[in-house]
Amino acid sequence: MELYVPILVLAVLAAGFAIFSLTIAPFTGPKRWNRAKLDAYECGIEPTPQPVGGGRFPLKYMITAMLFIVFDIEIIFLYPWAVAFDALGVFGLIEMLLFIVTVLVAYAYVWRRKGLDWD
Amino acid sequence: MNAIRVLAAPEPALPNVQSFGHDPLWITIIKAVAIFVFLLLSVMYGVWMERKLISRMQHRYGPNRAGKFGLLQSIADALKMGFKEDLYPSKVDRFLYAIAPVILVVPAFMAFSVIPFGPTVSMFGEQTPLQLTDLPIAVLFVLAMASIGVYGIVLAGWSSRSPYAVLGGLRSSAQVVSYEIAMGLSFVGVFLFAGTLSTSEIVAKQASGGTWEVLGLSIPMPSWYVVMLIPSFLIYAITMLGETNRVPFDLPEGEGELVGGYQTEYSSSLKFALIQMGEYVNVFVVSAVSITLFFGGWRAPWPISLWEGANVGYWPLLWFFIKLVLVFGGFIWVRASMPRIRYDQLMAFGWKVLIPLNLAWIMLVATVRAFRIEGADRTALFTIAALVVVGCLVLFFRFDTVLQRRRETRAEELKQEFELLEEQPAAGGHPVPPLDLPHYHGADRKEISSGIH
Repeated sequence: MELYVPILVLAVLAAGFAIFSLTIAPFTGPKRWNRAKLDAYECGIEPTPQPVGGGRFPLKYMITAMLFIVFDIEIIFLYPWAVAFDALGVFGLIEMLLFIVTVLVAYAYVWRRKGLDWD
Repeated sequence: MNAIRVLAAPEPALPNVQSFGHDPLWITIIKAVAIFVFLLLSVMYGVWMERKLISRMQHRYGPNRAGKFGLLQSIADALKMGFKEDLYPSKVDRFLYAIAPVILVVPAFMAFSVIPFGPTVSMFGEQTPLQLTDLPIAVLFVLAMASIGVYGIVLAGWSSRSPYAVLGGLRSSAQVVSYEIAMGLSFVGVFLFAGTLSTSEIVAKQASGGTWEVLGLSIPMPSWYVVMLIPSFLIYAITMLGETNRVPFDLPEGEGELVGGYQTEYSSSLKFALIQMGEYVNVFVVSAVSITLFFGGWRAPWPISLWEGANVGYWPLLWFFIKLVLVFGGFIWVRASMPRIRYDQLMAFGWKVLIPLNLAWIMLVATVRAFRIEGADRTALFTIAALVVVGCLVLFFRFDTVLQRRRETRAEELKQEFELLEEQPAAGGHPVPPLDLPHYHGADRKEISSGIH
């Protein structure tokens, strides 16, 4: 646990600095009210109305996030194998090859169904 | 047999994971403050160096008014941002909008805590390594911090309630997570060689490459992983540009289409300064990781390393700093030479090229590496090697023919369309919109169909 204490110290420093900047910002700057200034910036035209709680967004991004999870988990399996490679030897290599082939089947499916294409 | 023999006995002061966690608290605080101040100054002079260097590459002078050579330009900019109005647009989610820059900047700083700057030194009478801390999973920790930084981007865009900001935030986060996979995969080669995820031990493993005895000859192996794992490094170099949203992957700031991306609504105040700082610290984090994993960390490069004093005491800080400046200079050079790439090309490149290439390279390295294990089953290994090569070739030809076929179909379609147009010219005319389309006059007014007035 002592290994993580220095990280916390650095995090407290960084967070302290960031929150300090946020809190002093309203006091150092001027305040001049202007309705147009408080609108969302859309190059000068009237802003598009946004529903309360945020608008909709293309489903494409969610698919990307899901694919990211699949491959991120693959990476998490690859790391311990790489670290213990010399101990696992040829057996580990064959197992990892089979695992990667399994993931590649899903990968080829996604590619075929145009899950990796943008428009 | 092909035994790896370490050339020289490791120096006594080489830190590993066991060397950490014994510092008294005041030493820890000194080191943390030193890293924090170093990063603040790096951001200031990184911005200055970038502006100056890119100006010279574009035949301009760059900042040269504030201070000698414009050295005080960043301080002037920071002061200006501090004295600007702290704006909260009327529609934003005030809490998330304020907290997003903090979420962006804090993990970037935290990632630096596992970067090794030097060997064990004597600091005010205490023996301590020049590294804040090390973990058995240090590289994984850096990746985790990079992932948390993505929350800052998403929340900054989402809380702004502006179409540009929402799209910019989504785009940027999709890009960062996509390139993070390729980045994580490019580290696997390093772990195969080093056998550890601890940063200080990875640096120690690059101290000497050992010798490879083959056919009675002893060939000295190069010690930096960039030499043996050059494809891994090239992929990492590409992903670190994508991961930090830098040119040529600076889509979130594609001002022609998205204005400022997720930072559109953060109009010049200290919040904007924090976002900028987070981005620059991220650039330094990926640069420092590339130095640690591929360029021998704080160890002196070859001609200097002949001097015995090069890798002891506080000297390694200098080598590390020089390497950091060089890698950061590479970022600037790329920015001066490359145009921005299109978003669909960016995603296709990340998913369809970098990931399969990376996996194939990892399996190749692992197979070659398995030959070095004593008493390994040679027949099984040759079978695996053959399978890997055949698999790569099959993948290559499969997708090559797919692309070929797609190109031919497209050409066929175009030809047919052309023939159709030659027969009946009206078929390809411009679509004419109907004259009574309703006009849109903004949020507050009603829609008025144009037929009325």
